[in-house]
Amino acid sequence: MMDTPQVLFKNRHVDRIATRDEYEAGGGYEALKRVLAEEARDEVQAAIKEALLLGRGGAAFPMGIKLSTVAEDAPFPRYLVCNADEMEPGTFKDRVLLHTDPHQLIEGMVLAAFAIQAAKGIVFIRPEYENAARILEREVALARKAGYLGEKILGSEFSFDIDVHRSGGRYICGEVTAQLNALMGRRPNPQQPPPYPTESGLWGQPTVLQNVETLCCVPHIVRNGATWFKGLALTEAGAGTKIFPVSGRVNRPGCYELPMGIRLSAIIEEHAGGMLPGSEFKACLPGGASTRFLTREHYDIPMDFASLKEAGHRLGTGAIMVFDHKTCMVAATLNLMEFFTRESCGWCTPCREGLPYIRDMLRRIENGRGEEGFIPILEQMSRQLWNAYCAFAPGAVSPLESLLTFFGDEVREHISARKCPFGNAPGGPSDNR
Amino acid sequence: MLPDEMKTQLEQKIAATDHPRELVVDVIFAMQDHYGYLSDAAVTEAAALVGMTTVEVDELATFYPFIYREPVGRYVIHVCDSVVCWMGGHESLQNHLMQRLGIAMGETTADGLFTLLPVCCIGYCDRAPAILINKKVYGELTPEKLDGIIARLRDEAGA
Repeated sequence: MMDTPQVLFKNRHVDRIATRDEYEAGGGYEALKRVLAEEARDEVQAAIKEALLLGRGGAAFPMGIKLSTVAEDAPFPRYLVCNADEMEPGTFKDRVLLHTDPHQLIEGMVLAAFAIQAAKGIVFIRPEYENAARILEREVALARKAGYLGEKILGSEFSFDIDVHRSGGRYICGEVTAQLNALMGRRPNPQQPPPYPTESGLWGQPTVLQNVETLCCVPHIVRNGATWFKGLALTEAGAGTKIFPVSGRVNRPGCYELPMGIRLSAIIEEHAGGMLPGSEFKACLPGGASTRFLTREHYDIPMDFASLKEAGHRLGTGAIMVFDHKTCMVAATLNLMEFFTRESCGWCTPCREGLPYIRDMLRRIENGRGEEGFIPILEQMSRQLWNAYCAFAPGAVSPLESLLTFFGDEVREHISARKCPFGNAPGGPSDNR
Repeated sequence: MLPDEMKTQLEQKIAATDHPRELVVDVIFAMQDHYGYLSDAAVTEAAALVGMTTVEVDELATFYPFIYREPVGRYVIHVCDSVVCWMGGHESLQNHLMQRLGIAMGETTADGLFTLLPVCCIGYCDRAPAILINKKVYGELTPEKLDGIIARLRDEAGA
């Protein structure tokens, strides 16, 4: 396990944050010093594009392409937003990254801002991560003192600074356009493009939004090159390492930095300590709550964006939640639907009305009051929710659709036996009828 | 009304930005810290400070789970009920809390000490089941551990 190259977690300590000195001693801020001295703006963009750095926040959009959609003659000021909202259930990698090596993120943000000539960076952070927000504020001030932020950074012509913005909570704020609305003090409803945020985002200005982990990769790519970054992955299609937060029925839940393309079985058995005693692997969500259940059939699948896509799945945030043979998949999906129902922003009808309807049907099935006729209705609704306004609803129905596809027998058993075969008692807190 | 010193501090912060409304959540949190919750009067005060209407402020205040439009206890307990904590026994933990405190979710104890609220995944799945008390995380919980925490907080509050 220790022979896995640690890039983003190079300076990880068990119980403390890496200091600026430590980050510098490991080569930190070298990339920034060089590109600013050489005014190598195009090189930064080119390296990120060539490295095939895909967004680690869930959508896997290539960062290099996003940067290049900020037109050369786009108006100023331009903004860079770092998404530290991390509200996808099961996901806690950004929290660990912020608590591990905050200067890695700061350097990544300055480099990305330099590439698009942004004057201001904002870290959007969820209220649950108040500690991380304070760490960032403190380290941003230290970086400013050292000349890495502020006016004319390191004596160059480039000026850039970072603000930390605290959110009031809500899952929808992780959606790019909703997050921009939140930053502008508006109700965080999503906004369908066009215009794209890179043309007209924050306060109508060109804005690039990237996830914490994605931005943390940037200094390493600029310093060591795109070829090196791609070589970190175990698969041809993958690039770089990935932080996998693993939770659920395993012996050692936690965050593991592993090569992109590592097999799911290796993550669970070699790194997360295997299944709990008496537990057998039944399924996992491979990348947060808005991905499809992966079953035993894909236990050895290489974990990279392309391999999962090819198998009809999504890597999402890479947050692996492991379910065992004793877990009722109907009840698990019901829990996920409770989450999505509560977190829907309510802006569009399919999401606002559809999700509670699905939730109620699942509740009835779980509590022994389901009917065979519910199944085609649920199938139909999981298709129709793709007509919602933003990506929230299609994500929300991913576990449902995969429940019906892979665990149809389990669903039907609930209906025919008129009870949960796993013995989950009806009338619990989730039975509100 | 806010104390003058606090109001001046907020006004200075607001004057330093080109877009006052970007600070609305910060201003709301400051009010909430001061008053204990966001009262109707506080909504009006916040709106005036950032140049928004009261409806615009309320639209946000009622949207975000960490903004309280009703009085809450000294310790706000957010119980994570998302899927990993659920797997880790969130339901029995929540039942235990409700029983121990004698309140339902969404309620506050008569002594004004504790409020129980549900919250979605708080990002501490490696320490499930987990809760937040005044935004501080407590993980790998058992009913016994919870009893200890509640007892410590009661002591701290001198109750």
